[in-house]
This record gives sequence, C-alpha cells and structure tokens, in this order.
Amino acid sequence: MKLIFEKSVLSRRALRLPNKDVDTVANINDSLLRTRVADLPELSELDVVRHFTELSRRNYGVDTNFYPLGSCTMKYNPKVAEHIARLPGFTELHPLLARLPGGEKLTQGALAVLYETDLLLREICGLAAFTTGPFAGAHGELTGVMIMAAYHRHKGNDKRTILIPDNAHGTNPASAALAGYQVQTIPSDKTGLMDVTALGQALNDQTAGVMLTCPNTLGLFHPRVKQICRMVHDFDALMYYDGANLNALLGYARPGEMGFDIVHVNLHKTFATPHGGGGPGAGPVGLCKNLIDYLPVPIVHKKKDGSYFLDYDRPASIGPIGAFYGNFAIILRAYAYILMLGREGLPRVAENAVLNANYLKEKLKPYFDLPFDQLCKHECVFSASRQAKNGIHALDIAKALIDRGFHPPTIYFPLTVPEALMIEPTETESRQSLDAFIQAMIEIAQLAQTNPQQITSCPQTTVVSRLDETSVARHPDLACL
Amino acid sequence: MPFIANTNQQRQEMLAELALTMDQLFADIPADLRCATLDVPEAMSEQSVRQHLSRLARKNSSQMINFLGAGIYDHFIPAAVDALVSRSEFYTAYTPYQPEISQGTLQAMYEYQSVICRLTDMEVSNASLYDGGSALYEAAVLAVRATGREQLIVDDSCNPLYRNVLRTYTRNLPWELVETRSAEGLPDRQRIKAQLNERTAAVIVQNPNFFGSLDDFSDIAEYTHASGALLIVACYPISLGLVKTPGQMGADIVIGEGQSLGLPLAFGGPYLGFIATRRNFMRKIPGRIVGRTVDLKGRTGFVLTLQAREQHIRREKAVSNICSNHSLCALTALVYLCLLGKKGLPELARLCADKAAYAHQRLLNIPAVKTPFPATCFFNEFVIELPSCPEHLTERLLEKQIIPGLPLGRYYPDMHKCLLIAVTEKRSKEQIDILARAMEQAL
Repeated sequence: MKLIFEKSVLSRRALRLPNKDVDTVANINDSLLRTRVADLPELSELDVVRHFTELSRRNYGVDTNFYPLGSCTMKYNPKVAEHIARLPGFTELHPLLARLPGGEKLTQGALAVLYETDLLLREICGLAAFTTGPFAGAHGELTGVMIMAAYHRHKGNDKRTILIPDNAHGTNPASAALAGYQVQTIPSDKTGLMDVTALGQALNDQTAGVMLTCPNTLGLFHPRVKQICRMVHDFDALMYYDGANLNALLGYARPGEMGFDIVHVNLHKTFATPHGGGGPGAGPVGLCKNLIDYLPVPIVHKKKDGSYFLDYDRPASIGPIGAFYGNFAIILRAYAYILMLGREGLPRVAENAVLNANYLKEKLKPYFDLPFDQLCKHECVFSASRQAKNGIHALDIAKALIDRGFHPPTIYFPLTVPEALMIEPTETESRQSLDAFIQAMIEIAQLAQTNPQQITSCPQTTVVSRLDETSVARHPDLACL
Repeated sequence: MPFIANTNQQRQEMLAELALTMDQLFADIPADLRCATLDVPEAMSEQSVRQHLSRLARKNSSQMINFLGAGIYDHFIPAAVDALVSRSEFYTAYTPYQPEISQGTLQAMYEYQSVICRLTDMEVSNASLYDGGSALYEAAVLAVRATGREQLIVDDSCNPLYRNVLRTYTRNLPWELVETRSAEGLPDRQRIKAQLNERTAAVIVQNPNFFGSLDDFSDIAEYTHASGALLIVACYPISLGLVKTPGQMGADIVIGEGQSLGLPLAFGGPYLGFIATRRNFMRKIPGRIVGRTVDLKGRTGFVLTLQAREQHIRREKAVSNICSNHSLCALTALVYLCLLGKKGLPELARLCADKAAYAHQRLLNIPAVKTPFPATCFFNEFVIELPSCPEHLTERLLEKQIIPGLPLGRYYPDMHKCLLIAVTEKRSKEQIDILARAMEQAL
C-alpha cells in the first residue's frame, strides 16, 4: 500500500481553520522564519480516514483474536475505560492548572483519581506509598533504581553493583546501568529459579540491590523469595520487584509482604489499559515505609477537610521524574478497571490467568519440549528444540500460527531457553479460545514432522510475507524525505 | 464476573482435567505469603463506575478561558483524529514484533518518523519517547555517548520543568550539568561561550524558548561544533509551520514535546516525546525505529530495525532502557499533521502568532503592564511584567473562569512579577478582550 505522502494532491485540504478575528500581524524578523515549508501531505479528510482505516486493517490487536504474547499480559481492554478517559472534565484539564494559586481546588477530581489509585495499589501490593509518575515499566525501573541510589547516598553507603537473574527482562539491566550501576548476572538453578547459592556468593558490601521478577519470566514463583529478601537485606541492599508478572498474584500474594522494598506495576499489563501498538503504558512505583522520603515529587495528599493537594516540599525526594503527574489518562483507565473488579474480582483474575496458563501447558506438553515441567503461574515457556531438529524453529512456528489466525507467543525469550515459546493466555480468554489455539499448535507440531516445508513458507495469508530484516539493518531506510 | 470468560462450570472442568484444585494451583506460594484479606471496595458495575468518574470529572474546571501554556498547549483537535486513533486494531495491539500482522502500526510509525524529519529538517527520527522531558534526557545521553564527554550546558530559557527532570536523572551519574543564565529573554552567547570547553558534550537550547521568544541558534551551532560538542535544540512542533527549523540552524539533535499535535491536555499525559538527529547518530538513537524493506516477493513492507541498540538485545549495554514508548501518541500526531497538511500547518502557526500579537498589544495597552523583553520576537506565548507578583491576580481571575497564564516567580525568582501567557487558535478576540478587561479591573 502507498505511503501517505504518495497520495498527496497539490492544494487538497482537509481542515478549515477558524477565521482570523484580529487585525494584528505578528512581527517576526525574516531571519527567524522558515524558508521552505514542511512537505506534509495534501489530502482531504476522507483520504486521511481511508488511509488510516486501511492501515488499521493491516494490524492485529487483542480485539482481533487471541494474543498470547508472553510477559506482555495482552488481556482485554474494557471499552468503558476508553469512554471514561475521554470525559472532557479530564481531557481538557491543563496539568499546570493545579499548580496555580487557587488552582488546586479546580482540579480536585483529577487529584482524587491519583490519590485513590495510589491507595488501591498500596493495598494490592502491600506497600506504604506509590508514585503514579512513571510513564512505563522501564521508566518505573529507572525511578526505582534512582530511589535505591538515593537511599544508599543518604546512608553514606558506597555500593556499585545490582544483581539481576539471567532470565530477567532486558529492561532491568538497562535501567540499572542508566542509573550508574554495574550489573552482575545471577544464574538460574536446574529448576529455572534464581540460584540462591549463587546469589549468596555474589552478595557483598558492594551490592546496592537485587532486581527480581516473581513469578519470573518462565512463569515460576520462587518459593524461597522471603529468604532471598532477608539475605539481601542483611547486606543493607534493597529488593526491587519487577511487577510485569503481577497478574498471577492479584489478591493472592503481595510483593511488600514477601520483603520487596521497591515495586513497579505495569498498568498496561495487570490493570488492562491498552498497549497502544507499543504504548503509552504506565509504571507506578510503590515503596516500603522506610523509603517514602525518596519518592519523586509531587505526591498527592488528602487534607483533613477531604480536599487533595500536591506535595512538592519533600527535601529527600529524588526530584521530579516527569514534568507532571505521569500518564494521567492511563492511570484513570486502570482506576476504573480496579473499581470494577473490586475485592472479589481481583483474585479471580489471578485464578483464571493461572488456570488458563496451566491448562495450555498440560495440553501442549506432549507436543513441545517443556524445559521446566512444574506448576506455572500466569505463563509457561516451551522450547521448539524438538521441532528445530526438523528445521522448524520458534520463528517458523510463530509464522504458522499467524496463518491460523493467532498472534504468536513471545519467541526467543527468555534467553535461557533455546527456541523459547513464551505463552501467556491471560484470564480474559475462554476455554474455547485456548482449545482453538491448542489445536493449531498441535497441527503445527505434526506438520513439523510430516511436512516442514508447509511451515517454513508461512505466513501466506498476510499482506506481506516474511520481510528482509538484514538488509534494512545494514542500509536503513528510516524516513521518506 | 466481568472480563473473565470462563464459567464456573468450565473452570471446574478444566481443573478436573488438570487433576488439581484451585488452591493447588497456588501451592507454590508459601502459606505465610498468601493474602489473608484484601481491603479493596466491592466490585462496581459499569454503570456505577461511569457515574462515579463522571462526578469526579465534573469536579475539574475544564471549561475555563485558558491562556496557560508553558510547553503544553490548548489546540483544537479535529474529530477525525480520535475516530482513527480509536480503531482498536491500533490501540489493542502491542509493539509490532510480528511484522506480517503489524504493517498498520509499522507503516504509520515510518510515516511518523518521516513527518518529524520533514518538520525539523533532520534525517532520522525514532518511533516516539514518553514526553518532552524524557526526550531531553535521552538527547543528553546520546550526546554524552557520541562525544565521550560528560559536561552539559543547558540554557535557563529551556523549560524549567524539563531541566528539573534532567537534574533528577543525572544525580547518580558523573555528569556535570551547567545552567547558563539567559539575558533579555534569550540565551546569553557570552555566558555559553565562557562555559564551552573540551569536556562539553552538548549545548542545550530551546526555540521558541520557555518565555515564548524566538531565536536563531546558527551562531551557537558554529562555536558549539568548533569545540567538538553537539547542539541539542528543543522545539514546539506547531511553531515549525512558521519559524526557522533546528535543522537549518545546524542542530545535531532535535527534541520536543509533541502534545500540541492532536493530543489532549489530559492533566499531564500521555503526551509524546520526539527525537530526531542526523544519520551518523542513527545507531545511537534510543527506542524503537521502523525501517522500510521488502518481503520475499519483493513487496514493500516495514519492520522494527537497528534493534542491536535496544535493551531486549543488549541488556546493560543498550543505548536506553525504553521498551514501551508512546506509539499511539505518535500515531495521533501523524493523523493530526496529515489533516492539517502542507498549507494548514503554516496557516495555523501564523494564526496563533497573530492572535498572540494581538493579546500582547492589548495587554500592553494597560498602563500597569510592561514587557520585560521589548526587543525579542515571540511565537504564540510571551511574558508580561506587572507592578506586583501575579499570584493574587491569578487567583482572582481563576474565580472569573479565566486562566491568565503562569506566574514565573517559582521558576525564575528574579521574574517574580512576570506572567507567561499563551494564545492558541482556540482563543477568540473576545476572550482576549475579556482577559484584558479582567486584568485592568484587578490591577
């Protein structure tokens, strides 16, 4: 399909701007003006609408069909949250209005949303306070690691290393490094969990903290997590919880009670806000009691009279991590979702997510290698090693799933599993969708033995076939100029 | 139970097939870690949640006459923008890891990268960052890595909110952050030159700057480059319909807040950080980048590319930690710019500037109001100086449903009598006159 620039027609217009109702002409020196106008396309509104409608038809979302992309928690995004996020009382509110003298009382509804979300997340995670500021999970990680650094700075600790398991999300080591830390990788043991002995050997006075995902990226809960936290605390190091996989634990267990000091949650995973084709998400960060002073500014407090205010007067704070209060419209959607699930709904999320994942695991086990054959939580990780012997790799299985109407699982991650197929069904999928997916996977496994060429030529049903990724990385065409 | 598909009976059947109970599914969590209680309100129906949030929305005064800008602007958003961005094939997808079923997002991101380059006169853009503040930080990281130097010179006419964010992120790093004082509302060349040395990674300036003033940084680009440093220019995309581009000035990295491109104010986000640079830095730019390629049959298609920069490949050696970005906001900006078009953007920019010129003239007709920067040109935002601190005046005008602008004393103590006023195409002459009359009465 053509680029939008190729559809441009000289002098065609979509919008009519309001008439100019003033006589003045801005007096701007010629030397400050643009000499050549930006070459934007010239289109009618219908041209634009048709272009993006056609593009949308070349996409695949949760609303299209099953999307078991491991570690991404592609659950259904309730429509009511979209409706609420578009209420003019929220969309037409300037963030700095709250900072004007007398402006706080004009933004009480928005401040209430931030305050109430903070309270709900505290209760769900077992922590003392949250900041809703971080824009994404990785941004939450960076915020958390900066809080870790502030803690050690205030205590006069000279610590330089953060320990991270080998199967952690790539954002963990990247965030630690960005905040100035060295990263040391801790191997997994035979059961796929962080090796506690290796951790014990790696811990020393240089250790600033440990970043852990629990359940981990194999979908496995570490039964010795409490002991791990104690071992780490003995070195005055802090425990960071990567909340990417919190969906498995809602209402069942709390990171705060396990001993974690700093936690981020991904609202776009656990709390059903849309992934937007890559974002925006939100990654609020929660802290245990003795770290509250380091929270980024501002935080929302409630006065005795029930009104809310923004607290910027926090001398030990790490400072602001964004210009305002985080991705407000995302926080709003998550708040609505939590209220709709309520006390009885939250544990049902975890139960159904875990049930669906274990069901898939057991049904697919005869057909694919399962490197860690045990109870899983929200996701399970298979290996396509058996199929790889016939020349069918994880990538081929992914493409064959596409032809059968499914979004593939995450592939080649975690890096500790060869030919990984990481499947996360989420609680919003029914047994019917799981069975259909299982059927497709079994068919692919059988074809891998009997007729592998039929798989390597997939996908056949899409608007493009497999794309040449190598030459574009060598000679990148990144913009139409 | 809303949003959970399996019925009780299906759950029982599935458990039976697994030969497990629900409790056994959680047997790996030690008993002492299991939640005893969950102090969350009872589940609300969709109807009651909508009522509850509509009530909260009404507690916000969102319908005032708004002259507040300071980096976030109240522009008109055509209905087609939300209609297209609301297509769930876009918004319920994730990062386009599987290109064959993600050509919609991928082509849109390639087109977005192209319009950002065309707007700024740069060669390479990524597929979005979080917001203007994080874009400034990422630009600084890029400059430090590209030059191997660790001093950054930031002019204080750059948005103070973003400068504060930059300070937070560099706290734990061995970087030196030097802020130069502006003069007459523009970066002070002598002060910048005095700070430039062989350790300088970048000079950071903004156009129009926080005071709304316009500048040409070509001279700064020249001596910044002569000292081996990079020039980072922050900009306001709507202004690029009219004013000289960062690329024309010799900028190496261009960043900014893209909220003005069709994104609602939404009390602070989600917004859009953009970053663009020259091709020689394309392997150091943070975040997702989409490239154009061909499929097995030679048909044009799009893929995520240059992934060797990214965290999922390089882990602690990645150029950034960013994973989720603001893709849907980038799509919004693209749709908005396509609707405005080649003629619409310059017209819109001119309209905003002319209205701001009227507001400036009208307010300066008030005897007590002065301009602190008589010699500078401005785009759609300007500073006025009042006889006393504008805090009291602001409060009184808010009571009259007018947001007069931002008092600057919090960010610039020596400008404690100044007010920053923004005018977009949404403000009518009548509303500007209402502001002026209300100020006359209050002063």
